Amino acid sequence: MTRTIGLDVDGEAVRIEIDVRTTLLDALRERLGHTAPKKGCDHGQCGSCTVILDGRRHLTCLSLAVAHDGATVTTSRGLAALDEAPDAGPPADTAEPSSPSLPGADPADLPLHRVQQAFLDHDGLQCGYCTPGQVCSAVGALAELAAGQPSHVTDDLSGRPELSDAEIRERMSGNLCRCGAYAGIVAAVRQAAGS
Amino acid sequence: MSEPTGPTLLDPVQMGRPVGRLDGRRKVLGVAPYAVEHEAEGAAQAAMVASTVPRGRVRSIDATAARALPGVLAVLDHTNAPRVADGEDREFAPLQDDTVWFRRQPVALVVAESSEVAREAAALVAVEYDEEPAEVGLRPDSPRLYTPEKLSDGSESDTSAGDVEAALAAATHVVDETYATPYEHNNPMEPHATIATWHGEDAGLGDGPVLTLVDSTQGVHAVRSSLAPVLGIEPERLEVVAPYVGGGFGSKGAPHVNVVLAALAAKALAPRPVRLTVTRQQMFALVGYRTATIQHFRLGADADGRLTAISHDVLEQSAAIKEFVEQTGSPTRSMYAAPNRRTTHRVARLDVAIPFWMRAPGEMPGMFAHEVAMDELAHRCGLDPIELRVRNEPDVDPETGHPFGRRRLLECLRRGAERFGWEEGPRAPLSRREGDWLVGTGVASSTYPANAMPGNEATVTFEHGCYAVGIGAADIGTGSWTSLTQVTADALGVGLEQIRLGIGDTRYPSASVAGGSSGLSSWGIAITAAARAFREQHGDRPSEGASATAGMPDNPDLQEYALNSYGAHFAKVRVHADTGQIRVPRMLGVFSVGRAVNPTTLRSQFLGGMVMGLSAALFEESVRDPRFGHVVTQDLASYHVAANADVADLDAIWLDDDVETHLNPMGSRGAGEIGIVGSPAAIVNAVFDATGVRVRDLPVTADKLLAGLLPQRERDHVLGDASA
Ligand code: FES
Ligand code: FES
Repeated sequence: MTRTIGLDVDGEAVRIEIDVRTTLLDALRERLGHTAPKKGCDHGQCGSCTVILDGRRHLTCLSLAVAHDGATVTTSRGLAALDEAPDAGPPADTAEPSSPSLPGADPADLPLHRVQQAFLDHDGLQCGYCTPGQVCSAVGALAELAAGQPSHVTDDLSGRPELSDAEIRERMSGNLCRCGAYAGIVAAVRQAAGS
Repeated sequence: MSEPTGPTLLDPVQMGRPVGRLDGRRKVLGVAPYAVEHEAEGAAQAAMVASTVPRGRVRSIDATAARALPGVLAVLDHTNAPRVADGEDREFAPLQDDTVWFRRQPVALVVAESSEVAREAAALVAVEYDEEPAEVGLRPDSPRLYTPEKLSDGSESDTSAGDVEAALAAATHVVDETYATPYEHNNPMEPHATIATWHGEDAGLGDGPVLTLVDSTQGVHAVRSSLAPVLGIEPERLEVVAPYVGGGFGSKGAPHVNVVLAALAAKALAPRPVRLTVTRQQMFALVGYRTATIQHFRLGADADGRLTAISHDVLEQSAAIKEFVEQTGSPTRSMYAAPNRRTTHRVARLDVAIPFWMRAPGEMPGMFAHEVAMDELAHRCGLDPIELRVRNEPDVDPETGHPFGRRRLLECLRRGAERFGWEEGPRAPLSRREGDWLVGTGVASSTYPANAMPGNEATVTFEHGCYAVGIGAADIGTGSWTSLTQVTADALGVGLEQIRLGIGDTRYPSASVAGGSSGLSSWGIAITAAARAFREQHGDRPSEGASATAGMPDNPDLQEYALNSYGAHFAKVRVHADTGQIRVPRMLGVFSVGRAVNPTTLRSQFLGGMVMGLSAALFEESVRDPRFGHVVTQDLASYHVAANADVADLDAIWLDDDVETHLNPMGSRGAGEIGIVGSPAAIVNAVFDATGVRVRDLPVTADKLLAGLLPQRERDHVLGDASA
């Protein structure tokens, strides 16, 4: 059985006909060619498929696409749109080569969210496979923190949770990184929260 | 000593700088394409059908229902799948006969228009078996135990020097204990995955690729050389592409059965491309794992703690379908001085999935046992564990008698002790308590051989004012895109902006795999040779299109010196006195690995290895079903790997005046593995210091501590009553 649904993905409106069994992740990756969200487990256990769905971080492998007709999806590729002060692309006087020769879309004209820049600043990645999910999750986690939502490690449930490393670690623990880039990830989220 | 004959070192200009990852921006955006994310017009999706018995024969396969499903393109099994040209390696001969070697072995493959249909059809394939009795457990009395011809590092199964038994009988202090490590699975975040396209013999006027594999692999040339004969293709006509790889940690160091299946499906559907992704669950059966080990370790020492005997007897397992022998005892042969020494390996080939490389195969489980045994010996001798290691530092490699290139283990231990705030003296277990938490610290040594693999070649070409350098190397997260660009720039004496690196593609010259902490060394040797040849042939003002290719020069030093990296791990743990919960608030690693080509990516490699060491110490264990031999903890909810909140203060430093003069022109050694070697032992030793409970089998979990914590809890209880 198939259905037609509409989605807004990274600012682009699309309509697709999908098998009703198709997960939102497979709809993005296999139907729409949006491969920024990754499939690490397909069972909601690793976080690598995280996107911002209608304003909240969301595991796309755990939802059926048909249930999200009309939804707005932001992947890591379009994440800068959610930043109040995104950077404008790589600085022109960068000391490093922009490496246009590497395989994959030339990212020179894709702006970064400050969370993504912070991941680069702290080397919060190695293989990069968990990274699109990590950065989306970080954006979601910081928004939850700013909205005063407590976590498992929040001591005072009546006050506003403080930004601490323990809070960051706890809130980012739904995103596994087998390369073990956690130290850099925590430093990156701390930096992004502070600016 | 003979004159130094080693490589001529490069002048580090770009090397040594913390250059940010050149692929970093693509990766944080998610626009770096991993294997199945590459475009493949009209690709079909494949799904595997796995055997449900551990041993036997396929009696019948009924695919009628599967074939009837709209969207199913083909169902392949042993009766109709394309034949392989060479089926000697049975891992690479799927669907060729009816034999079942282990549970979860693929017995059929469905190819369909979509992944949903492929999965549904795979579930509809009805397979019947004639089951045979299977043996799936690693037991000390297993009738299948034998002495392997060689270990997977090419060394002897057994070694012996002096008289270990006599030395142990005469020793003042003896440790005689059995240590165990569990089955573990690599679990890179990107599942093993392939797009296969069969172009056929006529492709490109008869000399284009017959088959293209866009694969998630640690070595495109390894995939080519392993599978070209299997598929009956000239190696040059098997194209393999892998620009970005979402981790591997060894499991992607060679192709596995899934890649062959993708190729066979593509051949059946030619010229239509086929995508095959191994599911997370299937990864627990098809792409390798670390074998469990049972290790009998004996140490004998005199009254001063000087080792007189080191004996390491290893029991481990492999698969009936294919042998892989973990070199668990190898590091023991070179670690500490002792006149009497022996190592042995006995292996049982069971009716189970095939074990393979997992980060520091051999060194990781072997050094766990050795370094916990050393801690036990320090305790028995009443010595500071660091002092025990100082007293047993060898002058030359105890195994070969060769001089060490440079062995700076003691400096790592001392630097680490200072930075960590190590309290000198013998450990006094159960002496520190903070509230409900028992606190302890532990130390362990680390080592990893400095490897350079043969068979590397690189090309340098001057194009549009830039130097294009090509080598079929891999970046699996290690940072090769960046560090090799730095090496190339220094080898040519130009800036980074003039380098255009090409890796991850068989169109570039032959390269060894990203494994054994050898990648940067091996590839850098070839790149430097090519750059030097280029300058010799074309000078400093080359004309457009000037090009040079070179392989690896001979390096006689490799035969004359024992070249190893060393490190020291320090850990602080907190164990809850009532529940046995274990936390690791602090880890420090100090390493001697030669020159840092890129300090940023080097540090990340160390930290990543240490996180995996912590994960092995506290969480990782693949539980095997004792009846059928498959892994029951076959996902990331039941196979626990360290998450962000499990890791706290983590620090890695290195001896920054270290330059390796015998191995390669960069002066480096390699860093992918040393972080996981010894770190589990440091944590286990810290748990002993905290609780007085000695755990000898990984992982250390609360249940293994509770019985030992009980007396402590009873004491608390009595004290609590008395003060009430
Ligand atoms: S792929 Fe969705 S959580 Fe792992
Ligand atoms: S960067 Fe490799 S899994 Fe996180």
